[in-house]
Amino acid sequence: MLTGDDGRSSVDVVRAGLAPRFSLAASGRSRTLRQTWLDTFDWRLYQAGFSLEHRIASGLNDYLLTDGHGELLTVSASSVRWPALADALPPGPLRDRLAGLAWVRAILPVARATSTVRQLRVLNDDLKTIALLTFTQLEVPGPDAAPPQARLSVTAIRGYQAQTGRIIRELTETAGLAPATCSALETALAAAGRRPGDYTGKIDVQLTAAMPARRAVTRVLLQLADTLQANVPGTVRDTDTEFLHDLRVAVRRTRSALKLCGDVLTAGTQQRYTGEFKWLGDITTPVRDLDVYLLGYDESAAGLLAATAAELAPFHAHLFHQREIERAALVRVLRSRRFAGLISAWRSDLAGQAAARRGPAAGQLAAERIHRAYRRVVGPGARIGPGSPPESLHDLRKRCKELRYLLEFFASLYDPVIHRQAVRDLKGLQDCLGEYQDCQVQLHELRMFASQMRTDRRVPATALLAMGELAGQIAQREQQARDEFAGRFADFASAANEQRFQALTAGARA
Amino acid sequence: MKILASYNIKGGVGKTATAVNIAHLAARDGLRVLLWDLDPQAATSFLLRVRPRVKGGGAALIKGSRELDAAIKGTDFERLDLLPADFTYRNLDLILDTTKKPTQRLARLLRPLAAEYDLVVLDCPPGISLLSESVLHAADVLLVPLIPTTLSVRTLDQLSEFISGFDGQRPKVLAFCSMIDRRKRLHREIAEQLPAERPDVAQTVIPALSLIERMSVERAPVTAFAPRSTAARQYAALWAEVAERAL
Repeated sequence: MLTGDDGRSSVDVVRAGLAPRFSLAASGRSRTLRQTWLDTFDWRLYQAGFSLEHRIASGLNDYLLTDGHGELLTVSASSVRWPALADALPPGPLRDRLAGLAWVRAILPVARATSTVRQLRVLNDDLKTIALLTFTQLEVPGPDAAPPQARLSVTAIRGYQAQTGRIIRELTETAGLAPATCSALETALAAAGRRPGDYTGKIDVQLTAAMPARRAVTRVLLQLADTLQANVPGTVRDTDTEFLHDLRVAVRRTRSALKLCGDVLTAGTQQRYTGEFKWLGDITTPVRDLDVYLLGYDESAAGLLAATAAELAPFHAHLFHQREIERAALVRVLRSRRFAGLISAWRSDLAGQAAARRGPAAGQLAAERIHRAYRRVVGPGARIGPGSPPESLHDLRKRCKELRYLLEFFASLYDPVIHRQAVRDLKGLQDCLGEYQDCQVQLHELRMFASQMRTDRRVPATALLAMGELAGQIAQREQQARDEFAGRFADFASAANEQRFQALTAGARA
Repeated sequence: MKILASYNIKGGVGKTATAVNIAHLAARDGLRVLLWDLDPQAATSFLLRVRPRVKGGGAALIKGSRELDAAIKGTDFERLDLLPADFTYRNLDLILDTTKKPTQRLARLLRPLAAEYDLVVLDCPPGISLLSESVLHAADVLLVPLIPTTLSVRTLDQLSEFISGFDGQRPKVLAFCSMIDRRKRLHREIAEQLPAERPDVAQTVIPALSLIERMSVERAPVTAFAPRSTAARQYAALWAEVAERAL
């Protein structure tokens, strides 16, 4: 993609730049194109180097999926209502690729523009077309919209890549055009006051070791509040399951930050909000638990040996029905005065955190809290043996989570390589403990669902038998996780990892 | 992927015009088409404005040191690509003779392109040689332009007899009367009789028209530069008949 010095690239400039070696010929009439770019809320396509564009023009209603190398997949489809999952598109290579990239996330419009497009052919001295030039006059709606931008893209005809390289050189060296610094998508987003990748569920705050700890913790909590709020509309509309997931993670991180570092905030903050965020976390749990069941349902059904997937179907219907009930309750809370009041008071309290006269620096706080959290994992973890009760593993899981969150809050203070290695071993242990806990919760819930379903006389006994087999599957996974625990813990508690944590906390102090 | 060869033992019967126009019509109908100009005279490449040169020559393609894929050129028509001719194709017989199973060679070389193309059209040089034998083994359909003379019909019989001796897959032969001169009584008679008497001869005929000769001036398929002409309509009818009867 090229643009002129003045942001415009005219046909005459290009024609003069390419002569005498190449000439230009028209290729159809110019046309108006309505473009919509789509991505997941967390920019999965963009992060993977892809772009999905919906183009509408006279006789055209196409979706184009391109990667960074210009590889292109297209499909024609009309009347798809976004947001929707990738399977809203007709079956084919584009949908398959898109489904892999988007995972369980919905595709939604992120930017819109209208373009006037004119195509010309570049001919060699045999008057053979060797490349296509596409002139695009991009108009972006919105109050901050920039004036229309002229863009020129050069597409090689197969077998003429070398000559196309020469055309691009002629255009840049002779015609004075320059490679475009931002894509059409970026231009359209900028007009809407956005940039690609502007949402991430990860913690992304820049701290310094010397800054006051209160300011650092406040900055982390404000970003978590942003993430929490960003996921409310998608959760209320049920756009996809991961809005609620990200909302829950933001709440959990907020609770951990309050518990582990809340003492550096102004007096009373910790006490005022601990209970309220617990309330918020708790009311999101039932829907998420049901989501986890439903997301893994197909795989579970496919793993049945004695029962059939059809026999398990009433269980699916029950999960779906329960989810509707729980979701209605969750939406009521997210639209309630209590929730609105909590968020508004929380933001106002964070904004009003006065600079502490005394108190630790961020580096000191991070080192101290990470060190303490680390000890609270390795000490109790070492005492867990084959006969230890499940509660000891659940407690350890919570401590691991706290350590993980602290590492995430203060990541910007540390050497990224050491930080990554420390997180890697911790993640291995967390995955094992998480699987163990999830299996226990699922077994408990499965019994509860079975009791609920037994009261409905229309549910056949075969459904309950199939659920029994499902319980067997879960119990096997639970045992496997328990068996893996010792090895995963040994990796985490290794001398090498201990040194890593020492280096990490020492690094922050420096 | 289907393979269609425009072939006749005789030269000057309209093989190239047939290959180019049929390939263009198939691409216009939405098929992804590769046209391979196997004739060292390179008329097809000339008509589509592609320089008749393949890096490494015919030897590199036939021996497999250069993938066919790398030698393909896009034409000015959507979905129609060309594998150009090269003057070294005059030695394709000799090159094929140095390979294992030379008669199967062309089919093997084309196999990797199956995911990329729906139809391959081979424009073959005249004569009966190791190359034409390899073409006959690779093709699903042989489209044979016939000048309506007794000798031409005899050549078609020779070709059919030769193919009937093949083991395994044999191409479907579909001949059609080409370069019909309506002023000649013999042409008119044979063009009427042949399709009625022989199931391997198409109903469609292609007349001798100056517009078809003009393809070498326009350097484009007649179906592209004069799509409403009689010539283009006859080729469209031929393509429809080929698609219905043979593909």
